[in-house]
Amino acid sequence: MPVTTAADGLPDWRRRTPRASLAVWAGWLAALALTIACFEFISNRTIWDFVWDAPTQGADLIERMFPPAWTYAGVLWKPMWDTINIATLGTVLAVVVGFPMAFLAAHNTTPSVLFVRPVMLFLIVSSRSINSLIWALILVIVFGPGMLAGILAIGLRSVGFVAKLTYEAIEEIDRSQVEAVTATGASGAQVLAWSIVPQIMPAFAGITVFRWDINIREATVLGLVGAGGIGMQLQASINTLAWPQVTMIFVLILGTVAVSEWLSARVRHAVI
Amino acid sequence: MLLNITGLTKRYPTGDMALKGVDLAVPKGQVMALIGPSGAGKSSLIRCVNRLVEPTSGSVVLDGTELTRLGAGALRRARRRMGMIFQEYALVERLTVMENVLSGRLGYVGFWPSWFRRFPRRDVEEAFRLLHRVGLEHMVDKRADALSGGQRQRVGIVRALTQDPQLLLVDEPTASLDPKTSRQIMRLIVELCEERGLAAIINIHDVALAQQFARRIVGLRAGQIVFDGPATDLTAEVLTTIYGEEDWSQTIRAAEDEEEPEAIPA
Amino acid sequence: MSATLFDAAAAARGWRPPPLVASPVLRYAIYLGALAYAALAIGTIEVNWTRAAEGLDRGLRFVSGFFPPDFTSKRSDIVEGLLESLTMTVVSTVIGVALSIPVAVGGARNLAPLPIYLACRGIIALSRTFQEIIVAIVFVAMVGFGPLAGMLTLSFATIGFMAKLIAEDIEDIAEEQAEAVRATGASWFQLLAWGILPQVRPRLIGLSAYRLDINFRESAVLGLVGAGGIGDTLNTSFDRYEFDTAAAVLLIIIVIVLAAEYSSSWIRRKVQ
Repeated sequence: MPVTTAADGLPDWRRRTPRASLAVWAGWLAALALTIACFEFISNRTIWDFVWDAPTQGADLIERMFPPAWTYAGVLWKPMWDTINIATLGTVLAVVVGFPMAFLAAHNTTPSVLFVRPVMLFLIVSSRSINSLIWALILVIVFGPGMLAGILAIGLRSVGFVAKLTYEAIEEIDRSQVEAVTATGASGAQVLAWSIVPQIMPAFAGITVFRWDINIREATVLGLVGAGGIGMQLQASINTLAWPQVTMIFVLILGTVAVSEWLSARVRHAVI
Repeated sequence: MLLNITGLTKRYPTGDMALKGVDLAVPKGQVMALIGPSGAGKSSLIRCVNRLVEPTSGSVVLDGTELTRLGAGALRRARRRMGMIFQEYALVERLTVMENVLSGRLGYVGFWPSWFRRFPRRDVEEAFRLLHRVGLEHMVDKRADALSGGQRQRVGIVRALTQDPQLLLVDEPTASLDPKTSRQIMRLIVELCEERGLAAIINIHDVALAQQFARRIVGLRAGQIVFDGPATDLTAEVLTTIYGEEDWSQTIRAAEDEEEPEAIPA
Repeated sequence: MSATLFDAAAAARGWRPPPLVASPVLRYAIYLGALAYAALAIGTIEVNWTRAAEGLDRGLRFVSGFFPPDFTSKRSDIVEGLLESLTMTVVSTVIGVALSIPVAVGGARNLAPLPIYLACRGIIALSRTFQEIIVAIVFVAMVGFGPLAGMLTLSFATIGFMAKLIAEDIEDIAEEQAEAVRATGASWFQLLAWGILPQVRPRLIGLSAYRLDINFRESAVLGLVGAGGIGDTLNTSFDRYEFDTAAAVLLIIIVIVLAAEYSSSWIRRKVQ
C-alpha cells in the first residue's frame, strides 16, 4: 500500500512501497544488464573493422547500385508475375483449408472440445511458428526448385494465420443472433450459415486480403531458397555481384508492394 | 474584477462562429452559471479562457494578466490559477485516484519529480485533506476507472482544487450524472467555492439546477450573451430569448419546488 | 401509399437475395476475370513430376529425421545458433522499441506538427515496405556476415512495426483526458507522461512482448542470407542433408515460439 503514516502521524503517499520500488529498479537494472550482456555476445562475433568500414562500404555499395539496370526490367516481368501468382494461389489454398479449420477450432462451433479443438490448435500453432522461408526450404527438398514449393510454403504458413484470426472472430460473435436463428428451429448447419457466417464475413474478407498483402512481400524472397518468383533473380544477381540489377529488382518489389498495399487497404475499407 | 473578457470571438477553421464578441466580467468569489442551448458556444467560451481553444480575437484578463498573448511557459503558469472540471470527468482512467489528484500540481513541479511521483509533502497533505473533504479518503489507491460517476466527478473537483486556483472553469459537471448526484455535485462545487473564495463559471444544461445553485446567470445564444442577471430574474420570457419558444412555466416552477434541502454526504 | 394494391405474389416472384456486386455486367466480368486468372496462374506452375517422385523419397527421409531428431551430433552448432538468435532478438527488441517511441510520438497527428509528422511517417513506411530478408542482405553487405547484421535488421523492422501501431494508438486516445492534464498547466513532456502514457502503456507493453516473439521467429530465417542466428544452422543442415539435425532445430524453434507466444499473451492479459 502506498499510503503510509509519516512520523508526524499524518498520512503520506508514495506511488509504491519502498520494497516495490526497489523491485522495480532492480527489474530495470536486470533488463539493462541482460541487454548489455546480449550485445556483448553479438559484439564478440562481429569483426568491428568491417563495421567501422560500413559507411565507406555503404557509400561504395550505393555507388555500385546506381543507376539501376533499367533494361533488366524486361527479364523481370515473368518472375514478378510468378511472384504474384505464388502469393495469390498460396492465399487461396490457405483460405480454402483455413476457413473450415477455424470452425473446427473455435470454442463455440467445434464438434469436440476435447479432441478436435486441441488438434486444430496444434496444427495452427505449428503452421504459424515456422516462417514461410523455412517451409520453402523443406518443400524445395521434396518438390525441387520451382513455384509449387513456393505456393505450398505460402499456403502452409498462411493457413495458421487465417485460421487463428478467423476462429478468434467466430468466438467473438454476438450470441443473441445465434439464439434467434436457433429459435426458428434451424438445423446446426443452417445456424452456421445464417447467423455465424454473415457475422464473420467482413472480418474474414479483411483477414484474407491482409494476408494476401503480407504474402506478396514474403513471396518476393522465397526464391532465395529456390521456391520460385523474383527472389531467384535476386539471388542470381547477388551471387554475381550485379548490383545495378539488384537495385532494379528492389525498385520493382517496392512498386509491387506499394500497389498491393493500396489495393488491400481499398478492399478492407470497402468490406468493413 | 477577477476575470475580464472583452470582445471575445472564436471562429473555427470550419468557418463556424462559436463566439461573436462576448463581454463578460466575473468578480472575485462569484459563482456564475452559463446557460444556453447546445452549440451556443458555452464550451468554447470557457476553453478560450484557459486557451485549450485559441480565441480568434478579443481579450481575456485574469487578475491583471492578459492571457491571450502569453507564450507557452507563461500560459502554463497562468493555467495553474484556473482549475477546470469536465463533463465526462476526464480523469486519466488508468491512474489511481491519488495520481489524478496530484496531476493538479503538474504545473508546479518539474518533469522528473512528476515522473517519479515525488511531490512536495505539502501537496500530498493538501490532496489528502481535500479527498477527506469530499469523502473519498478511503479510495486513494483505487484506479479511476473503478469509481462511480459521482465519485469520479468528486475526484475531478479535487484535482481542480489542488491547483490552488482563483477561478474554476466548470464544463457541464452534471451532464453524465443522475438527478440526485447532480445536486450533490453542484452543492459541493458551490460550497467549496464559498469556503475558498473562488470564482466559478459553470456551464450547465439544466436550468433548474442553475437557478438553484448560482446567484448570477448568464444566457448565451449563438455565440452572444442575451441575458445577464440574478437567478430570480429568470422568467419564461428570458428563457424564450435564450432557448427559443417553448412552454417554460413547468421548468421555472420545478426549480422552486426543489428548494427543499437534501442530505449532503460528506 | 399509392392506390394500387400491393401484389405480394409479384413481389415474391421478383425477389432475389441482393447480390454483392450490384451491376450484373460487372458481376459476371469479375467471375470471368477470376476464372481466367485462375487458369493463367495455375498454368504457370511447372511441376516436374519425375523430380517430385524422387523428392518424395527425400521428403520421407526428412520426416523420418524427426524419429528421432538428433540434438547431439551438431550440438555446439545448435547452441551457438540459438544463442545468436536469442541475443539478437533481445537487443533488437530493446533498441527497436526505444527508438520507435519518439518516432511514434512524432507520427501521431494529434501531437506532432506537420513536417515532423511527415518525416516520422516516412521512416515508418520505409521500414515496413522491405521484407526483413532484403534488409538483411543490405546490412550483410555493409557490416559483414554475423549476428550484428541480423540485429540491425530486426531493430530496423521493429521501429516501423511498433511506431505505426503506437502512433495509431496515440491518435485514438481519449482526448478529454489529455485536455484535462493540459488544463492543469502541465508542460509538453508532462502531458506525454501523465495524459498519454497511461493510456497507451498497456498496448506498448503488449506490442513489445509480441514483437519479441516476432523477432525470434524472424531471427530463425535471417541466417539464410548470412545474418547469423539459428537459421544459419538450419540452412547448413539442410545443405548437408542432415535431416535429423534439421528436425531437432525445427523442434527447438517451435518450442521456443510456443513459449514466447504463451508468455506474450500472458503479459498482454496481465497489463490490460
